[in-house]
Amino acid sequence: MSTLLEVSGVSVTFDGFRAINNLSFQIGPAEMRAIIGPNGAGKTTFMDIVTGKTKPDEGRVIWGDENVSLLKMSEAQIARAGIGRKFQKPTVFEEQTVRANLLMALKHERSPLQVLFFKAGPTDAERVEELAAEIGLTEQLERISGELSHGQKQWLEIGMLLAQDPRLLLVDEPAAGMTPSEREHTTSLLVQAAKTRAVVVVEHDMEFVRRLNCKVTVLHEGSVLAEGGLDHVTQNQKVIDVYLGR
Amino acid sequence: MQQGFLSKNPSVPVFLGILAAFTLLITLTAEGTGTGAVSATFVKVLGRTLCLALIAVAMDLVWGYTGILSLGHFAFFGLGGYMIGMWLMYQRTRDIVVASLADTPIPATETEINDAIGNQIFGVVGSSEFPAIWVFADSLPIQLALVVLVPGVLALVFGWLAFRARVTGVYLSILTQAMTLALALYLFQNESGLRGNNGLSGLQNIPGLEAVPPATVTMWFFWASALALGLGYLLAAWIVSGKFGSVIRGIRDNEARVRFLGYSVEAYKLTVFTLTACIAGVAGALYYPQAGIVNPAEIAPIASIYLAVWVAIGGRGRLYGAVIGAVVVSMLSTWFTGGRAPDINLGFYTIKWVDWWQVALGLSFVLVTLFAPKGIGGLVDIFTDRRKAGVAGEAGK
Amino acid sequence: MKRILLAFWAVLLWTGLAYAQTGPLQTILQENRDLIEKSSRQTIQPAINAIADSGVPGAADLLVTWEARQMYLRDSDGLFFRGVEEADRNTRLFDLDTGEDMGVYERGAVDQIRPNSGVQGLINAALVRFRLSDPDPKARIAALQSLERRPDAESLELLRDSIPGDPDPAIKARKERLERLLTITYDPDESARIAAIEEMSSEVAVDVRAALNPLVATQTRVFEGAVPADLNVARMLEPGSDALSREAAYEMLVAAGNAPARITPADVKAALGEHVDGGLVGGVPVHSLITDEARYGAYAALVRGGLVPPFLTDDDVERTLAAYTFAEIYSDPSPAITDAAGDALEKIELKVGLYTFVDLVLDALSLTSIYFLAAIGLAVTFGVMGVINMAHGEFIMMGAYTGYVIQQIIPDHTISILVALPVAFVVTFLAGVLLERLVIRWLYDRPLETLLATFGVSIALQQLAKNIFGTQARPLTAPAWLDGAVTFNDVVSISSIRVAIFVLAAIFFALVLLVMKRTRLGLETRAVTQNPRMAASMGIDPNRVNMLTFGLGSGIAGVAGVAIGLFAQVTSELGQAYIVQSFMTVVVGGVGNIWGTLAGAAMIGSLQKGIEFFNPANTLAAQTYMIVFIIIFIQFRPRGIIALRGRAAGD
Repeated sequence: MSTLLEVSGVSVTFDGFRAINNLSFQIGPAEMRAIIGPNGAGKTTFMDIVTGKTKPDEGRVIWGDENVSLLKMSEAQIARAGIGRKFQKPTVFEEQTVRANLLMALKHERSPLQVLFFKAGPTDAERVEELAAEIGLTEQLERISGELSHGQKQWLEIGMLLAQDPRLLLVDEPAAGMTPSEREHTTSLLVQAAKTRAVVVVEHDMEFVRRLNCKVTVLHEGSVLAEGGLDHVTQNQKVIDVYLGR
Repeated sequence: MQQGFLSKNPSVPVFLGILAAFTLLITLTAEGTGTGAVSATFVKVLGRTLCLALIAVAMDLVWGYTGILSLGHFAFFGLGGYMIGMWLMYQRTRDIVVASLADTPIPATETEINDAIGNQIFGVVGSSEFPAIWVFADSLPIQLALVVLVPGVLALVFGWLAFRARVTGVYLSILTQAMTLALALYLFQNESGLRGNNGLSGLQNIPGLEAVPPATVTMWFFWASALALGLGYLLAAWIVSGKFGSVIRGIRDNEARVRFLGYSVEAYKLTVFTLTACIAGVAGALYYPQAGIVNPAEIAPIASIYLAVWVAIGGRGRLYGAVIGAVVVSMLSTWFTGGRAPDINLGFYTIKWVDWWQVALGLSFVLVTLFAPKGIGGLVDIFTDRRKAGVAGEAGK
Repeated sequence: MKRILLAFWAVLLWTGLAYAQTGPLQTILQENRDLIEKSSRQTIQPAINAIADSGVPGAADLLVTWEARQMYLRDSDGLFFRGVEEADRNTRLFDLDTGEDMGVYERGAVDQIRPNSGVQGLINAALVRFRLSDPDPKARIAALQSLERRPDAESLELLRDSIPGDPDPAIKARKERLERLLTITYDPDESARIAAIEEMSSEVAVDVRAALNPLVATQTRVFEGAVPADLNVARMLEPGSDALSREAAYEMLVAAGNAPARITPADVKAALGEHVDGGLVGGVPVHSLITDEARYGAYAALVRGGLVPPFLTDDDVERTLAAYTFAEIYSDPSPAITDAAGDALEKIELKVGLYTFVDLVLDALSLTSIYFLAAIGLAVTFGVMGVINMAHGEFIMMGAYTGYVIQQIIPDHTISILVALPVAFVVTFLAGVLLERLVIRWLYDRPLETLLATFGVSIALQQLAKNIFGTQARPLTAPAWLDGAVTFNDVVSISSIRVAIFVLAAIFFALVLLVMKRTRLGLETRAVTQNPRMAASMGIDPNRVNMLTFGLGSGIAGVAGVAIGLFAQVTSELGQAYIVQSFMTVVVGGVGNIWGTLAGAAMIGSLQKGIEFFNPANTLAAQTYMIVFIIIFIQFRPRGIIALRGRAAGD
């Protein structure tokens, strides 16, 4: 299996606190992966490093078939290279309509001049309808997204990620605060997405992770504690100690 | 496409219609072209106000839509005035000098004429040499280009530095204010080459138009100001209505999210910052010939803060709000500080508006910020919401 | 010395024969009678000198009498007397040499000699040397001061004579120093002068440099052929070099009458104007003379017609110049002296340069403390709390006006300032609390709107101050004991008020640091700023903490206002002048850190002084460059000099 993203030997320190410690991680082009770990294990910082928000003190982050380093790229460049990120708290543009949100995310040229003269064509409209159907917001397309429910905002954000057509999705606690039926919808969205692209889900909820039915990486104190199937890692003594021994 | 754009933005044709009607009304009643009910002096005030409305539109674009509270746009406005002022002053002085040298026995050489112009213009700062920045002052087309280019390039360089360093929020405001202060202080020096605190004066005299009655020239400037405001409004409305508008409003509301969508936030900010600086330059170039003088005091940081005040009072994030704010506040200020507003006699104390207007303005500004963040423009929502409940206006908010 | 005096006596005795029964003073007066009667500042000096240099014991008293307008001329014989006016406007005369009472004379019989103030000044200067040995120390100091202002060659010996006997060591030292300076200029002995020059070269005082500079003064002169050997040549000048341009050299020759003047473009134009003939000059149509070439062409035609003098070509000038030598000549003829003086000045310049740097550092330190004082309140409200208060400058102004009002109530400047400091704190503390309660607390999550709302407060307060106190500047006077300056030498000095401000800034720095790091309020403030919800859950009332912290920052601004008002003009725009710099100081230093504010103030202060040093005439330019520098600086350290790192710093 070829590798889409390879993180190796990465460390980062904030004011003497080692948030990530010699972390290594790999994921293939069409793979679902769950990352779990207690608070402060470095899950969010890991995402920050991959998406370019935080620059590590040492280590390498290699991306794609051409093996480019992500460390020298800006957040926007990384996003254009095909890495999409969903934040823990739903962040959509609340003052704009669902359609405008999706249109903005749609894969197109991103430079100011081209955007200025951009005009949405029929294929764009089709794609927006398609995405809206997928995330179940067809009825809500013309609504201001600030008026959506919490779960709908989460889906809209996932929809925006999909609109970007990324090769890797980083999803931070997608199921937080959702009703059981909403969770199910979210699970199917992610599983569907993982068929064609890599998806990394950071999640606390073991039940949700179990439904994803994928390989699990356990982070602890900034490095990988265990990796494998969910049943495999939950039987790992070190993992049990970390989760229960706190 | 234009059709779709206008029908999607009902406020644009409404605004343009009002502007056209207003222009027509003034044209019919003005001293220069109509019945004469409106004096040329007042037409000048109106023309200047239209220019202020134009820069307010620019300010709304950069602050209301993109979220950059620039405290430097009046500097760009002033620079536009300086650029056109250089040509006006040079050409006018040249005409006077050539006329005065006409009856000497030996005709003057080009060098002698230039020396005499230099003496006329720079004598007041104890110099007679033309500074290098005046090299194009004899060419109207080049100075007209500089009206846009100088503010644009300054905004580009400053914006590139500031946005690249990810300076945001109040820090960016302070930095823009520092830029404005630096420019004002620089221009205050006699060595700046732009006549220090004297500024450029006599700009109301347009070279080559001595034969045209002043009231008529005033009308030309009024029309030009109205046209510029109309075009500027149209341009701004077009920019904010499309995907570009979506992106910059996204930047205003959540910069990081836009970045993770793959948009280069810095490039967008820089585009808007530079474009609005150019618009501000144009507005200034139309304003100062109607004011007659441009000097560094005009550029002082406080002017830019007032600009933000207008936009906030008018209602930011909606272009007509910026226009309303600029027109209402600047006209009220002129009225109250002009000494024509009646004093209020409280028996034990007489409130003179000349003294107290500034206090009232400051406090009313606090009140607007606290209790009416949508400004005067927010009133429009009440009407439209009543008509078509639930559907939000085109400007977002 | 003695021999000179003896010879003098001999002369005196001989001349004394002419005025049989008169004393030596009368004799001298008679010799200079015309000058004394005319009593003009321009001509009187020889008469004064004659008396002062006479060595006659009563000479000093005579000068005093003269200066006090008590000298009278008896009309009957033209003799001078000391006169005292009697009650009936008659005058009793006394002999000047013997003091003998000569009886009373009516008004018409005597003329009072009335020296005007200019002449009085000259007499006083002559009296100096007599007073150098006066028993009264004050008189001696006055004499020394007078001599320091108007040194002269004659006084040198007298000064030297007076030194050994002086009982006061301070005055003695001062005399010795003056003696060295006078030696440099006036001693006839070259080696004594050189010794004095070398001795004084260890000082940087202005008077030393004033004594040395004339010695190395030069004059550019022109010679036909070589420079005469007896002149003390500083350097030879080559026309066309940096020191002497060809034009200037030729001008010298023209001025000396050794060469004809060159024809200037203005001359050409004037000449052309005089020879216009039917629209033609020299055969060229007048209207075509709009370039220099055309004019020169027409002029050449006039030259050919013999109507105007011909041009001098550059070759002509070159040939003329080659015949002359140009040199800078010292006015002092002795090369040994000029060399010694040059060396000494060089040494002194080096030291002056060093001290100038020290002075610059002091200046920068002083400016730093001013910026720091203006910004420290902001470091609390903006830096620690993150509230951007545009009315901060107006709180500074409010503090300054508080000081002014207190001074109207308490006239004693020392007490009023001591009262004003706490009162200003209380006034602005309350104003700050009011502002926080009424406006700012509603806007904590909307920083840009805080900026605009507080700007509204700022313009309202400014106008209010204008309405109450008027537009003209109000004085806030420092106590008299802060009037002077702490002077180290002629180069390094700092006004006491700036020292006081420095001390005040240091105290405030320590205080704020203490409050923020060591007190409950400081701890709670930091807790609320970093995580309000967590702080609230631990029993801290964020409302109270915010209110108090903002009040503290505002109060400090008020105290700073009193300090700033002491040296700046108290106007309604006082605060406006400091606000941008203050924000810069906090931002450059690093937000959220009092040490950062100190670093920021130090950087901005020394930078501004540094730039001013290179372009002293233009403080505006210095400020411009400083701001440009700051904008660029922020590129490299967006979070300031002392930056918080990590997630706590936020994004």
